[in-house]
Amino acid sequence: MNWVIEFFSILLDTLDDVVPIAAIIFGFQLFVIRKRIPNLSKVITGFVLVVLGLTFFLLGLEKALFPLGKLMAEQLTAIDPTATEHSFIWVYLFAFAIGASTTIAEPSLIAVALKANQVSGGTISVWGLRIAVALGVAIGISMGAWRIVTGYPIHWFIIAGYVVVVCQTYFAPKMIVPLAYDSGGVTTSTVTVPLVAALGLGLAENIPGRSPMIDGFGLIAFASLFPMISVMAYAQLSAVNAKRAARKSESTRKSQVKP
Amino acid sequence: MKALLQSLAGSLRDLLPIILVIGFFQIVVLQQPLPNVVEILFGTLSVVIGLTLFIQGLELGLFPIGESMAYAFAQKGSVLWLLIFAFCLGFGTTVAEPALIAVAEEASEVAAKGGMIANNIEAMEDYAFGLRMTVAGSVGFAILLGVLRILKGWPIQYLIIGGYIGVIVITMFAPKEIIGIAYDSGGVTTSTITVPLVTALGVGLASSIKGRNPMIDGFGLIAFASLTPMIFVMLYGIFL
Repeated sequence: MNWVIEFFSILLDTLDDVVPIAAIIFGFQLFVIRKRIPNLSKVITGFVLVVLGLTFFLLGLEKALFPLGKLMAEQLTAIDPTATEHSFIWVYLFAFAIGASTTIAEPSLIAVALKANQVSGGTISVWGLRIAVALGVAIGISMGAWRIVTGYPIHWFIIAGYVVVVCQTYFAPKMIVPLAYDSGGVTTSTVTVPLVAALGLGLAENIPGRSPMIDGFGLIAFASLFPMISVMAYAQLSAVNAKRAARKSESTRKSQVKP
Repeated sequence: MKALLQSLAGSLRDLLPIILVIGFFQIVVLQQPLPNVVEILFGTLSVVIGLTLFIQGLELGLFPIGESMAYAFAQKGSVLWLLIFAFCLGFGTTVAEPALIAVAEEASEVAAKGGMIANNIEAMEDYAFGLRMTVAGSVGFAILLGVLRILKGWPIQYLIIGGYIGVIVITMFAPKEIIGIAYDSGGVTTSTITVPLVTALGVGLASSIKGRNPMIDGFGLIAFASLTPMIFVMLYGIFL
């Protein structure tokens, strides 16, 4: 019974999210474009599936995974105040693992990866992009957790990260740059934010000298910065590998020609 | 039937890492048994079904409508209407976002405690509402700017890097309490429904305009939507 009530309350929230979007789309379609939507019934089915899908998705997360994950974040961060930095190793590992695994399940990242794969004609693989982003989020969140523990000011990290992004932009293949910038924004939605926020607030509450209000925020910013770096790095590595492979096949061809 | 089973298996695989991580930390690190195993199993099943339905709906509804509208606007050739649509889409999808409402409330508490506004409910509600409108407006502006970039073919890096330099400069002047919230607000604006729609719109526009490459020009709208709220929220903190 509890589940049914919960289902409808999440369904209402999801509808709150979808109704303005649907109103804008159908309003412009009717009054500005003034053309019938191609495959209207298919599109409506699609919207219904998206709403139902998100509802089931959030219901499951809120009923099963979020409570456990949040409890875990609290338990892991409840370290006694005299602890040395060494005892935070499990916190950093948890930050890394939860960052990576929630990103893999992030629906908006799946959407962007599907589109990128389609547009690039298969050059960018769905899993390659998702793993690159997941690694970026994992590194970002563990570094953000380390920052809360050590208390260094957040803007040092963010500014240093941007400097790296700027440098990489000049060297990375041109095709990847917009996608890399986008992947910063898509990583942080339904799945990642609640768990990561719990981790940040837990850490800031339990470490003396940190204020949850000032230090508890900011993990999300780390999670959106590092994927840009990791996605560009992934593209740079594949470009280098492709070059090396091309050079190798060329040199074998040459050596075959010689005799 | 086979396709359905395949996509269910795919969703399960997407979810497996979270289950493994939580299981490992619960049993090995915290050394506690898993509470409510039945509930967790049902929850996982529900997440798997949800993800499968969402991806089906994506391909049936969100991607096609985003693209078909992009083509229709490109054919119609009215830049003004396209820009109005872009602004409305950004504003409309953000203003009702639950994550944003939550962040705005937290921010108003921070502001009241920090003495930036009067410590009463009315002032806090005003502040939270103003912040929500600021963020929604900034996302509307971001999508508008991003669409204009696709139309004109401006290279994205100058705009984004310029924007980040702006973020850094404004950070120096912003009240300390607002910085963390401002940085986070960039991340909360892009919801699961907005991202596929906006991506399809950008790619659709770039493929229907001559001389634009969908890979280079089509992506990047989300990047604008996560950048502008940081700037606008800090400005809001400075001027209020």
